[in-house]
This record gives sequence, structure tokens and C-alpha cells, in this order.
Amino acid sequence: MSEMENLAALPVNQCIKIFVQRDFTDGTAVKFQNKYPPELRGKIEESQFSQTLNTLNGLYAEAESLSSRTYCESCFACLTAYLAYLCMDTYYEKCLKKVNRYIEEQNKTVYVPRGVMLVDPVERGLRVLEICLLNETNHR
Amino acid sequence: MPKKVRKWEVFPGKNKFYCNGRIMMAKQSGIFYLTCSLIVVTSGLFFGFDCVYLAEHVTPAIPAIGVALFLFVMSTLFRTSFSDPGVIPRSTPDEAAEIEKQIEVPNTSSPGTYRPPPRTREVVVKGQVIKLKYCFTCKIFRPPRASHCSLCDNCVERFDHHCPWVGNCVGKRNYRYFYLFILSLSVLCIYIFACVLTHLILRAQNDNFLNAMKESPASIVEAIICFFSVWSIIGLAGFHTYLATSEQTTNEDIKGSFTAKRGQDNFNPYSKGSIIKNCMTVLCGPTAPSLLDRRGFVVPEVSQALVVQVSENPEKEHNSVNVRHEYYGSTNITNQKTNSTGMNTADDINNESKNVAKREMITYQTPDGTVNSKLPPNSGGGPPTCTGRKNHIWDMTLNQLNYMDIVIPITSENTESGTKGEKTVVSRGCSTEY
Ligand SMILES: [Zn+2]
Ligand SMILES: [Zn+2]
Repeated sequence: MSEMENLAALPVNQCIKIFVQRDFTDGTAVKFQNKYPPELRGKIEESQFSQTLNTLNGLYAEAESLSSRTYCESCFACLTAYLAYLCMDTYYEKCLKKVNRYIEEQNKTVYVPRGVMLVDPVERGLRVLEICLLNETNHR
Repeated sequence: MPKKVRKWEVFPGKNKFYCNGRIMMAKQSGIFYLTCSLIVVTSGLFFGFDCVYLAEHVTPAIPAIGVALFLFVMSTLFRTSFSDPGVIPRSTPDEAAEIEKQIEVPNTSSPGTYRPPPRTREVVVKGQVIKLKYCFTCKIFRPPRASHCSLCDNCVERFDHHCPWVGNCVGKRNYRYFYLFILSLSVLCIYIFACVLTHLILRAQNDNFLNAMKESPASIVEAIICFFSVWSIIGLAGFHTYLATSEQTTNEDIKGSFTAKRGQDNFNPYSKGSIIKNCMTVLCGPTAPSLLDRRGFVVPEVSQALVVQVSENPEKEHNSVNVRHEYYGSTNITNQKTNSTGMNTADDINNESKNVAKREMITYQTPDGTVNSKLPPNSGGGPPTCTGRKNHIWDMTLNQLNYMDIVIPITSENTESGTKGEKTVVSRGCSTEY
């Protein structure tokens, strides 16, 4: 019990969170709205933020694209009666891992030193991109 | 140490899980077992009686093709039934609060009359206006094409329908397997029926038909099962072929979402343009991974009561200031005490966060000699804000915990000049660079 009590003192829980919603204008493929949240003013430049989002959206678009690679992979899996999926990562999963690495790298080099942290959307079910303002308390 | 809990064990939907979370099904799966046994029994009779005769008198290719078809049918059936249909995870409390805030904004403008807050949001998908409905259970605005399955109590992406025959929802992630299942099942059905007829006719050539039926009664059973099921299966396969070519779901087709109504020009914004492209997308498009992380570990939840205890701690500490001072040392020492043990398990997080919390408790000596200890302001801004809020650490994953306690600013006014405004950097694991 004593260990659990202290968890409450961790800062991220009470910090202000910004949610970047999904952009559905091009269909149901994963894409986030590239709209600069005013809360980030003074922390992250607009160009930096939109560059990050463009890269992110590009990575997701690659995962969702109907490339010949995806076709071949799916056809191969189909021929093995989908048993191949038991022992291989799909291209989509590889892309999501790339996204995770990219977000980690961006957090390390750009966002966390300025008191902002991006949360990998996959941890929020690809619904939203959560941005935590680490130094601000949420008084509610 | 408490037992580590996996996420499927606390999953909020009405699903059943097997094999430590690898298999996910709807709660009611009785009809699924009926489907399974019908297919297995019919195919078993076919392999046991007809195939032996046909392999001997016609060609051994008949049982070979039969086995391949049967394996494909079973594997697509199991894929449909045992996989996540594309469940959208429920929103985190913070996210829900944000949505709640957005919803309530237009309501405050008219204080006199209470109107229920608008629970829909409109988005434009390729020029077509689509209404997104708010899901009260999942606390999210359902993305386009998603729907809430009342039997499973989940929002499912590209929801097609809940199929009791396969004992699961059919949605974005398993529609392909479902479609291939019905397609291959109708082929298997026709194949068995044709083989059984051939078998009986071949036997009848030597003997009369009645004797042939007496010699192989199993064939009659198979023929009857196939004859009665093949029509509905072929019908279903045809219907889903139509849906696949027009990139619609059963749900949208029943609702008539894309049929022109009241003079409004309605079209299907999700269609890829051509019949072939739509079919290819369904059959070999990208395979989206499950978003549930069923086998991941739950980071323990901290209850509200415990949060209150913590916020009272600084008061208690005043009585034992000297002890604490020795124990925690000064802020400078805290800075040096950054340990970077590679931790990755839930157990470690407990220990680690205990350490972190201790470091966060800043004990310092003011110029007049009194010793104070208090929590830095950013961890809740003192008792009043702490108590009101529930803690949701359990929503976080290990990855986030790595970042959680990186930056702890000391902004207390009593702090000595050297440490004022300085940021205590607590590193752990891979985050040493910060
Ligand atoms: Zn729902
Ligand atoms: Zn369902």
C-alpha cells in the first residue's frame, strides 16, 4: 500500500493535456488534424509542430497505402490459410513501430526539453494524438 | 508483490478470452460451436466414407482438394471468431473529460432552457457530410463507419454485423476472413455435394440406386446437410460479394446510408473508385493490427482515497522533520541520486515510482535554521487539487512511465537561491539524456 500511495505524486497525471483529433476528410485512414493548438504557443514553433504532424501522417499513410508490398504479403498469407500471420509481423505493424520510434526520437530531441510530451497514438487506440504539457498543473 | 494483471483481464467489453488473452470471442458462442460441429461432422463423414471410394475409383486428387478446402474453411472461421474485430478502445478519463467540456460549451449560452447537449458532430468525408454519434459507453465520438455492438458492448471499426454463427462481431479486422470463410464454405459445400452425388451414381451403375444408398448411408446425411445449407451460404456469399465490390458494410446497406434520399445526392465516400479496387482492398488491403494490447500489463490504479492520504503526508512529516532530512538529503544530493537501472516490468515500476516520489519530496533548510519538507507544486498544486482528481496511472503504458517523472521544477519561494527555478532531472532507464 505504501508504494501505491506515492504514485499519486507523479506529475503527468495532473498536467494539462491537448488532444489532436483525427482528420477524416480523406476517408477513414489514420490521419491527424494538422492544426496548431494555441496552448503550444511559446513552447513549440508552429512550423516544428506541423512538420512533426506531417511526418506522422506520412508514416500512417504509408501503412494504409495499397502498395504492391501489402498485396503480396496478403496474398502470401492467404495461400498459407493465414497461418503465416502467426509467425510474421505485417507491414502495418512495422509501420506502427516506425511511428513509435519517430515519436520517441522527437520527444527526446525536441519536445521533452521544452516541457511537452507526445504520446504515441497507438496507446490511445489511434483516436487522438495526446500532447502533455509537463510543467503545467491542471486546476479543475 | 501482487500478481501482474494483463489488460484482457480488466477489459470493459462483454467478451470472452482464452489462451491468456490471445483468443477473443463474444460472450455467447453456442451457435459458433454448432457451426463448427456441422462443418467438422459433414467433412468427417465425407472423408471417412465417400473419399475412400472416390480416391480408389476416380482419382486421389479428390480427397487432396477436399482437405485443402476444409483446412482453409476452418482457418478462416477460426480467424474470424478468435480475433479482435477492430474494437476501438474506450477513451481515457482525461480524453472523456475533454470531450465532455467541448460538448457542454454551446449549452451554457442559454441558461434558462435546458437542452440536452448535442451528441453529434459532423465531419466531411470526401465532400460527403457524415454525422458522428457520441457513444455513451465508450465515451468517444465514433469514427465514421464504426458502430457500437450491444452484444459485445464495444465500438467496432467498420462494423459490419454481429454474427452469432461465428460467435464474434464482424468488423474492420476480420471482415476479410469472414468473407473468405463464406466464400470457401460455399465452395466446400458444393464440392462435397457434387462428390457425394458422383459417389452414389458410380455405385448405382453397378447396382441399383436404392442399394447404393443402403451401402453408403453417410452419403445421404451429407447430401441432405449440404443441400439445405448451400442455398443460404451461396446467398450470403453473393450478398457479401456485392458489398465488397461496392465497399459497403451490411450495417450501411441496411440503413441505406448511401442511397439518394430527398433529392440529396448521396454517394459512398469510402469506395475506392472501381469494383476491382474495392475487392482488392477487402481481400488484400493492409491488415490493421489490434489496438487493444490485450496481453500488455496493467499499471496499477491508485484509488481516490489513496490520493487523499498522500496529500496529507506533508503535514505529518513536520513532526518527524529531522528523520526525513537525514533520509532524503538535500536537493543537491537528490540530483546526484539519479539511478538508471534498466527497468521494464510492472513490479519495477512500483518500486521505481516509490523512489521517484521520495526524490520529489523536497526537504530543505531555510536560512533561519528551520527545516521544511513539502511536495513540489506541480504534483497537484497541493491538497485541494489533489483530492478532487482521480489518478489514472493505470492508463499509461510502460513507455510513458519512462517520461513521466523527467522534469520536476522546483519553484518554491523558500528555496535557497542556488536551487530556485532549477529543474531537478530524474532520469531512469533510457531517458538519461534529458
Ligand atoms: Zn461504443
Ligand atoms: Zn458483437
